[in-house]
Amino acid sequence: MASNKDSFGRTLFVVVGLCLICSVLVSTAAVVLKPTQQENKLLDKQKYILEAASLIDTKEGNVTKQDILSKYNQYVEARLVDLKTGEFVEGDANAYDQRKASRDVATSSVPENDIASIKRVADKAVVYLVRDDAGKLTSVILPVHGYGLWSTMYAFLALEADLNTIQGLVYYDQAETPGLGGEVENPKWKALWKGKQLFDEQGDLAINVTKNPAVASTVYGVDALSGATLTSNGVQHSLQFWLGKEGFASFIAKARNGGVS
Amino acid sequence: MADVKELKQVLTGPIINNNPIALQILGVCSALAVTTKLETALVMTIALTAVTAFSNLFISLIRNHIPSSVRIIVQMTIIASLVIVVDQVLQAYAYSISKQLSVFVGLIITNCIVMGRAEAYAMKTPPLMSFMDGIGNGLGYGAILLSVGFIRELFGNGSLFGVEILSKISDGGWYQPNGLLLLPPSAFFLIGGLIWLLRTYKPEQVEAKG
Repeated sequence: MASNKDSFGRTLFVVVGLCLICSVLVSTAAVVLKPTQQENKLLDKQKYILEAASLIDTKEGNVTKQDILSKYNQYVEARLVDLKTGEFVEGDANAYDQRKASRDVATSSVPENDIASIKRVADKAVVYLVRDDAGKLTSVILPVHGYGLWSTMYAFLALEADLNTIQGLVYYDQAETPGLGGEVENPKWKALWKGKQLFDEQGDLAINVTKNPAVASTVYGVDALSGATLTSNGVQHSLQFWLGKEGFASFIAKARNGGVS
Repeated sequence: MADVKELKQVLTGPIINNNPIALQILGVCSALAVTTKLETALVMTIALTAVTAFSNLFISLIRNHIPSSVRIIVQMTIIASLVIVVDQVLQAYAYSISKQLSVFVGLIITNCIVMGRAEAYAMKTPPLMSFMDGIGNGLGYGAILLSVGFIRELFGNGSLFGVEILSKISDGGWYQPNGLLLLPPSAFFLIGGLIWLLRTYKPEQVEAKG
């Protein structure tokens, strides 16, 4: 047997057989594990949404799956928003994949002023409305993203019902340098955002990630990350873009006039 | 049945005497990337050990049937399939860690240790010994990864496995972390230092001067 293992027929047989076995193995793993993976992904996202709205404290580290699911289902409502008009549109917001939509030419466009280097913007975005037990709107969570030093950084920006005061900015997907730019996930830094204001009295965007301590101590300033200038710039640009007219500006304007409740 | 002494040699040899990173200088790329934290280093070690062990096992099982003209492709197919399975399992059961390891799990496919052991050892050795050799090399890789990860996380971030050991100035403590240790180049210095130590301790590892 061993003498003719290099023959054409044997080679073909081994290669085809191996490919069949391997593909069955790989696809079985993918299919069997898919439900668990999707559940994980969803749960992970919901965890960050709740964290942005300060409904859970991930620092304690013992947030259970049931906790996340029950709180999310009880308090959070996901809605689709047309970014151009700022109006809510019909559709299943939980099934909507904004990243996928932003890659599809039919459902996205190229921004005119792409300061956050995101290349394409989906026409529709998901916003999360958080209500308390009495049904009163307590926060509005906007997904934002933009390019940092190495990676596109994805975050949830939670605003109070006035759509001006920040409740939290939680990064949930980024690949910046751990310890430097990666500190966007540091609880100490995240805590700096709470209570800051996005817009000044004239209604202009005033929030500023800055190295200047005098500015950082005001209600519009957040101290930049030390050793991570480009990541900090990325955070600033993401906010500028998503709160600007190609982002959520028209939604925020409508929502302030009572469009949400 | 292979005798116990030889088995032990195959299993523990790669940890000090024939370490894949320190002596063979293989798999350095991922050792730079995943060692900023011990947790990721540990998961990476487990993932690589599993892939090396099983790829060695399967390749060794069919070693007498692999045509030599396509043997590298056959090895790659087996390794790649195993890596995809490991990646899928991580995504399903250790989602947050799999997010941190991102592309590096996929890059186990190109890790020279796996391929090197398959071609150099499993192609001419019976299955049990090959399997043990895979585990041994995974452990050798892990030993370096965990030592580097230990130093980088402790002195770069003041913690071990995410638990604070040295309280940092930024958190109101006294320790000023060394930012360089969190950047990939620092792992070069650390791995270099480890190789130097190892070769001082075991001078027979030094290459003969040509």
